[in-house]
Amino acid sequence: MSPVLGKPVNRVDGPDKVTGTGRYCGEIVLPGLAYGLIVGADTAKGRVVSIDESAARAAGGVYGIMTHQNTPKVANAPKLIPSLAGQPAPGESFFPMQDDVVHYWGQPVALVVADSLERAAHAAALLDITYEESTPVATIEDGRTTAYEAQTLFGGLMPARDERGDVDAALAAAEVTVDATYHFAANHHNPLETGVTTAQWDGDRLTLWDSTMGVRASQLTVASLLGIPLSDVRVITHFVGGGFGSKAMVWPHVTLAAMAARHVGRPVRLALTRPQSFTSNGHREEQEQRITLGAGRDGRLTAIRHLKVSVTSPFDDWAEPATGGSTQIYGCDNYLGSHNLIRGNTMTPTFTRAPGESLGSFSLETALDRLAYELGMDPVELRIMNHPPVDNHGNPWSSDGMAECLRRGAELVGWADRDPTPGVRQDGNDLIGSGVAGAGYPVAFFMPVQHARARIFHDGSVVIQTSAQEFGIGVTTSMSQVGADGLGVDMDVLRFEAGDTDLPNTTSAVGSMGATMASSAVHNAATTLRNDLIAHAVNDDKSPLHGLSASSVRVADGRMTSTLDPSISESYADLLQRNRLLDMEALGSWTPPPFTTPHGLLTFGAQFAEVAVDKDLGLVRVRRMAGVFAPGRVLNPKLARSQLLGGMLWGLGQALLEGNQIDRQSGRWALNNLGEYLVPVHADIPDIQVEFVEVEDDVVGPLGVKGVGEVGQVGAAAAIANAVFHATGRRMNELPMTAEVVMNGGGAG
Amino acid sequence: MAINQSSAPAVTGVRGPEREPVTLDVNGSTFPIELEPRVSLLDALREHLDLTGTKKGCDQGTCGACTVWVDGRRVLSCLTLAMSCEGHQVSTIEGIAQDGELHPMQQAFVDHDAFQCGYCTPGQIMSAIALLREGNATTDEDIAEHMSGNICRCQAYPNIHAAIREVRDADDEG
Repeated sequence: MSPVLGKPVNRVDGPDKVTGTGRYCGEIVLPGLAYGLIVGADTAKGRVVSIDESAARAAGGVYGIMTHQNTPKVANAPKLIPSLAGQPAPGESFFPMQDDVVHYWGQPVALVVADSLERAAHAAALLDITYEESTPVATIEDGRTTAYEAQTLFGGLMPARDERGDVDAALAAAEVTVDATYHFAANHHNPLETGVTTAQWDGDRLTLWDSTMGVRASQLTVASLLGIPLSDVRVITHFVGGGFGSKAMVWPHVTLAAMAARHVGRPVRLALTRPQSFTSNGHREEQEQRITLGAGRDGRLTAIRHLKVSVTSPFDDWAEPATGGSTQIYGCDNYLGSHNLIRGNTMTPTFTRAPGESLGSFSLETALDRLAYELGMDPVELRIMNHPPVDNHGNPWSSDGMAECLRRGAELVGWADRDPTPGVRQDGNDLIGSGVAGAGYPVAFFMPVQHARARIFHDGSVVIQTSAQEFGIGVTTSMSQVGADGLGVDMDVLRFEAGDTDLPNTTSAVGSMGATMASSAVHNAATTLRNDLIAHAVNDDKSPLHGLSASSVRVADGRMTSTLDPSISESYADLLQRNRLLDMEALGSWTPPPFTTPHGLLTFGAQFAEVAVDKDLGLVRVRRMAGVFAPGRVLNPKLARSQLLGGMLWGLGQALLEGNQIDRQSGRWALNNLGEYLVPVHADIPDIQVEFVEVEDDVVGPLGVKGVGEVGQVGAAAAIANAVFHATGRRMNELPMTAEVVMNGGGAG
Repeated sequence: MAINQSSAPAVTGVRGPEREPVTLDVNGSTFPIELEPRVSLLDALREHLDLTGTKKGCDQGTCGACTVWVDGRRVLSCLTLAMSCEGHQVSTIEGIAQDGELHPMQQAFVDHDAFQCGYCTPGQIMSAIALLREGNATTDEDIAEHMSGNICRCQAYPNIHAAIREVRDADDEG
């Protein structure tokens, strides 16, 4: 392993980002570009009765108006399947503007295309649309009596119920029980760049510059909906202004952009407005969770029951799975997890950072804190004691590190000196407390075979290609490192090219699997090319390496050298030039282990938080966070730290700030902008620390990389809530923990 | 009473609603273009001058991604009409690096990994440089408070703070 792997190198795309020269998908210059704007339904349930386009058409600069009356029918009905599976991945089993029915507020009912943004917006405002409206169902309260148990989740990929042992009997027999019910407000991703697609037709061939977390998913979905061959759809994505799950699935606006471009005979850019981004790319659904723990006086868990109820769309059984952590992070013979759904007038919810586990862990980890207090046990020790060496199927972890993360975090924050008594520390008007939570995020092997290509030119320079996309995850940088390491060249002579479906396939970078998939394919491509070059040299009677066994040749700095005699050496460039080879290339592929691979597969971590709670106003300020994680091999600690920091601070936002609710009268989201839907800003940020625990993993891929995109958020909100309890003596049963919730004694439940 | 029309002040302020000639001074260059009066400075930069470094995050004045300077003062270009900038000097992220050399703040952002997706970054940097000039970066609390108009959804805030502190401290020594 060369020194480049695991080195904290700066982002190679950094200069493009700090100078503003990187082109995002809404910044592509095309001759004759037109501007599309979606008009969303102004009702949550009903029917479009009439659309008067006359005033809009009379306004200047309008190229076309699409409604359900003239929008082409999709060639194949959209069917929700997570983009990780490598199939068409529409975000909902529904495509708008096919008929006059309105299922949710903001559902696209018209699309205006004009010669400028201003004229498109003006014409859109002049459309006179009338609706026949009926009363929507959009909240848990509205639909509680209609709740049903889901059979499968994630488009059928996962069972919705997870049961073993006899949880009722175990709870009845338990020496200690804890029972808590939580209400969680809906969350919206709000990447700073809203979803945007620029579409251009050249005859039958379509090019999309789509702000996506998966160019292949966009290609597969649009080709399927339009009924055209994959070879006629090229998707390009060089810079993406954040995703967080909102660009993991392919939402209607992407295909509508292509339809609009064909409709007006020009390239069309279609950007979601910020308000539209609250109703156009899914959300983390409003949900309630109830968790019941049973344990012995010794602290051993004997039963866990974890139930969730949430609101989904009229089309899909979607729930972010809440029980992937609670079923296995702590050992327990009697377990029941289930997901109940209410069909309501919302769009289909979707992946939102740390899907499922950010809230599932809130329930589990705050319940464990209650149990620790019931038992008078230290919450860190309670977790370590219950963390098993095997998963819920008895399979050993591919790699663990949970206990080490907890112990190291405890060291960092001086946990040993903590007085567990709640509500006794004061600093001025603030009550001070600290809390802990465990973290675990599943590694999911749903994806197809991954590919990458490595190509070396006869001057020794290298291009590595795969269709991964850069939305801040650092893939451009870390894959340059992986390629340089595998091939034995300096990073300076290597360019990593990605974000284009014309390149070899990698699947959407979602579910924290991006680094695992891309690094495995790139590593295999680079090492295959290295082996080909070495084989060429040892078989070339003009090479100084001729006759050596391939295994006795090492590579570094673009040279092949005998391990026995360092004076016997040749550069790749010399080998290629002498043989009149302008280049050599190799395709690398990686077949993920089967989903049923006999290992427990999670990335583990531990979260610690310290808070100050204003005792008169109930305002919670986080003073300090410390997170320790064991994500397998860390390709670039500088970038991995940034992603984990980001996740932890998303947890802070989820704990204290972020929440939306649907108005029960209108079925409309109450908040639709960043002035009211609060996300963390500079002034909210505590002292924050991230550390890694190294664990080796030879199951998850040739480099042993587990993801860091999600686990940073898992447990973060729970650690904050446990700290609020330690500060105030009040248990928090609602997120976000606004001042009202804190002052009202923790809210529902 | 009769009004003497000729004595009324000349009506010089009415332009539009159609496209009108407008001259914008951006990063030291003069751009004569035609704009409808309703075009924001942000859209003028991005759609008419192809200066796409200034980002549209919300178009509502809530996220700070569109931060530029007008006469050296930071403004939200999405809430500023382009026409109102005639006769004023507009500075954008494209004008910050000089002769291919990154500004110390840009370099500090790269070194401290003060961004992930990069979409808020031009606005963060325009604010960060202005913060030092305004004298609003003396303490960590100052930095946090006076940068709070610039949202980073990737949450690179701790690294942005480190970058600003580094440039501030280097300036103090210099």
